[in-house]
Amino acid sequence: MADQSKQLQDQILAARRAGTKLNITGGNSKTFMGRVAEGEPLVVGEHTGIVNYQPVELVLTARAGTRLDDIDAALAEHNQMLYSEPPRFGGAATLGGTLACNQSGPARPWTGSIRDQVLGIRLLNGAGEHLRFGGQVMKNVAGYDVSRLQAGAMGTLGVITEVSLKVLPRPAATVTLVQDMPLQDVIGFMNARAAEPKPLSAACWLDGKLYLRLSGARSAVDATADKWQGEIWDEGDAFWQQLREQELDFFKGDAPLWRFSVKSTAVNPGLDGPWLVDWAGAQRWYRGDASLADMEALATAAGGQVSLYRGGDRHGEVMHRQPEALKKIQQRLKRSFDPDSLFNPGRLYSWM
Amino acid sequence: MTDRVATAESTKLSRAELAGLFRDFIDPEYVIDDEETLRPYECDGMSMYREMPLLVVLPETVEQVQRVMQICHRHGVPVVARGAGTGLSAGAMPHAEGVVLSLAKFNRILNIDPLARTARLQPGVRNLAISDETAQFGLYYGPDPSSQIACTIGGNVAENSGGVHCLKYGLTVHNILSVEMITVEGEKVEIGSDGLDSCGMDLLALITGSEGLLGVITEVTVKLLPKPEKAQVVMAGFDNVQNAGDAVGGIIAQGIIPGGLEMMDGYAITAAEDFAQAGYPREASALLLCEVDGTAEEVQEHIEQAENLFRSFGATSVRTSQSEAERALLWKGRKSAFPAVGRISPDYYCMDGTIPRGQLAHVLTEMQKMSEHFQLRVANVFHAGDGNLHPLILFDANVPGEFERTEAFGSSILELCVEVGGCITGEHGVGIEKIRQMAVQFRDEELAQFNALKAAFDPAGTLNPGKGVPTLRQCQEYRAIKPQPQPMEA
Repeated sequence: MADQSKQLQDQILAARRAGTKLNITGGNSKTFMGRVAEGEPLVVGEHTGIVNYQPVELVLTARAGTRLDDIDAALAEHNQMLYSEPPRFGGAATLGGTLACNQSGPARPWTGSIRDQVLGIRLLNGAGEHLRFGGQVMKNVAGYDVSRLQAGAMGTLGVITEVSLKVLPRPAATVTLVQDMPLQDVIGFMNARAAEPKPLSAACWLDGKLYLRLSGARSAVDATADKWQGEIWDEGDAFWQQLREQELDFFKGDAPLWRFSVKSTAVNPGLDGPWLVDWAGAQRWYRGDASLADMEALATAAGGQVSLYRGGDRHGEVMHRQPEALKKIQQRLKRSFDPDSLFNPGRLYSWM
Repeated sequence: MTDRVATAESTKLSRAELAGLFRDFIDPEYVIDDEETLRPYECDGMSMYREMPLLVVLPETVEQVQRVMQICHRHGVPVVARGAGTGLSAGAMPHAEGVVLSLAKFNRILNIDPLARTARLQPGVRNLAISDETAQFGLYYGPDPSSQIACTIGGNVAENSGGVHCLKYGLTVHNILSVEMITVEGEKVEIGSDGLDSCGMDLLALITGSEGLLGVITEVTVKLLPKPEKAQVVMAGFDNVQNAGDAVGGIIAQGIIPGGLEMMDGYAITAAEDFAQAGYPREASALLLCEVDGTAEEVQEHIEQAENLFRSFGATSVRTSQSEAERALLWKGRKSAFPAVGRISPDYYCMDGTIPRGQLAHVLTEMQKMSEHFQLRVANVFHAGDGNLHPLILFDANVPGEFERTEAFGSSILELCVEVGGCITGEHGVGIEKIRQMAVQFRDEELAQFNALKAAFDPAGTLNPGKGVPTLRQCQEYRAIKPQPQPMEA
């Protein structure tokens, strides 16, 4: 429970004077993401503590280095939760890193992402100014949405020091249904289920099996489980947690892990090798060696983008490349926040 | 106001010259330069703020929009994009030396994908038309601002519009997948994709709610939701505001997230009941409308819980809709609250602050004091679920000085919102109307960062100049001359 913002600010100002680059770290749980890190560590992981939590307002504010586990514990006391289900990565994941890397779990298509939960942030920019954007209320359209802009920026715009989030009550009941289904049938099936007004909260396909999770009022979950085909599986909660934590066997081993974020109904790319389909088709994981250019072509054809999430060559680009016009806008945005290019140089893209 | 940047061709064009350039590629009828036809464009839904534009253009293709932008960019001409003109912060008020770029011709639904639950839309498609057209697939579009019958999806993106269902279904930013945008230079860019997220900074979130200051939206792909099997509304009357506010907290604590949760104060209840005859309890000091939607089983479970809970928090009357017709009637009162208040006063001014819900009773009490101080009546409707407050200040524009007093009252309300931990605008945007209060909400460093961010998209500042974010000079002036509430003569 320590406010380290002054120290962080001093370090930024010192780096600016010395012309050194900074590598922002939190709990070191996502060092595998992005391109190889450069620069001296700027440790946000000790800037911790829940600053404000009003269960009845459904709003929680915490310093960026706060571990998600600690937030979970506080929320659990009031039967609330981080509804975007971001991975906790063995307890190391921090709130700031989760937002910077835009991490969300199985419920994302239904309840929203961490970006959707964010209401406001505090941010240290490249001039060392400690700025406040957004707020601690659900609806706020004053000024540009700098808070959500951070999602996926991987710290290139500044150091997130505090985040305010919308939180929600935990569902009263959860049931998991399992059934056999081949990959070629599952995309259409999952989407058809998602188009029904039923309490679906996760839909994943792996190794010939379709897993559906229902969450909500007990009566609604039970009635839907009765109506829909599939066996009720008592181990369901553990499965969803392992999926969220990327701890299923699918995720083990050294083969490069690719993440496709695509149109939910897109035909699965014709690429041999292990696939895992999540988010009712909107997120697909693939294991295997491939070139980014080849994968980009597949992702584009499926209406979305791809990234080399873990493993492989991290000296080249690992994120779906940007069209020239968007690259130019992001470079200008970067300069507007971080004119001396102090933060996470080259982490997101080689040119950033 | 226009900080024009000198370019090679920055010699100022006359109205006729500019119109001539546009008429080369746009139907001459859709390049408006005569006073009479320009007049309807002088304001948006915030009619107290007016300005006549130099020109209005209504292009019909994206290529035409690009060429308009290229010409304006080359000549340093301000551009104000406009949808249906229903905005309530003067965000689409013209610039005297600028062009109003109306997207009214872009009114086609390009594609509905029922399986993927998405719709690709031109920006001039009306919000309600999306739900009307997708109803045949059992789908609808979530955000439902009060102006949904007229307002357009392009304007919704510009303002990050909300509505009465935000707590459960989110704002515009939560319900769109991608936009096609024309930059100030006239370049076409695609932001977002058919996937749920994209690599890099979240530009889609940044564009949403940027009030036409960063680019012009020419296409929007929205997410659609399955229409709930059932929706029912519980109406509860309370004899004091505190109990009603506590009951809202009680619902949340129970773990229920209502589809809509609205509150009205005594003034608004009476006005709405006179107007709509919805059966509201006239004697109540506060009224809650709590809509629960979902599967039939879930709705039944939650409605019973809500009824019991409202009684336990001291509700003096509780009524639950037993049919779709009754549900529509109960909502009719709320949805017509603005015109209803319009009937009891020559003019009204709709404010839009957000507060932490727990502050409601305090804020309403303070507002009552202000009402006495400024000698102006105020009625309150409140999106209680998400803390978005809409005080309606009643005034008469024909009484000299009364609008100025109304503005001062409004400013005091917004400053109170900030003071209790809220913000100056929940869903109407800053526009011109609240530009001075930006200096209350933000510090100079933050405003400077906003201006730097704007310059990353629009270095010359020709996109909707004078709106959204004040210059630091404006802020200093505002803080120096901050109007002190003046007591009215008795």
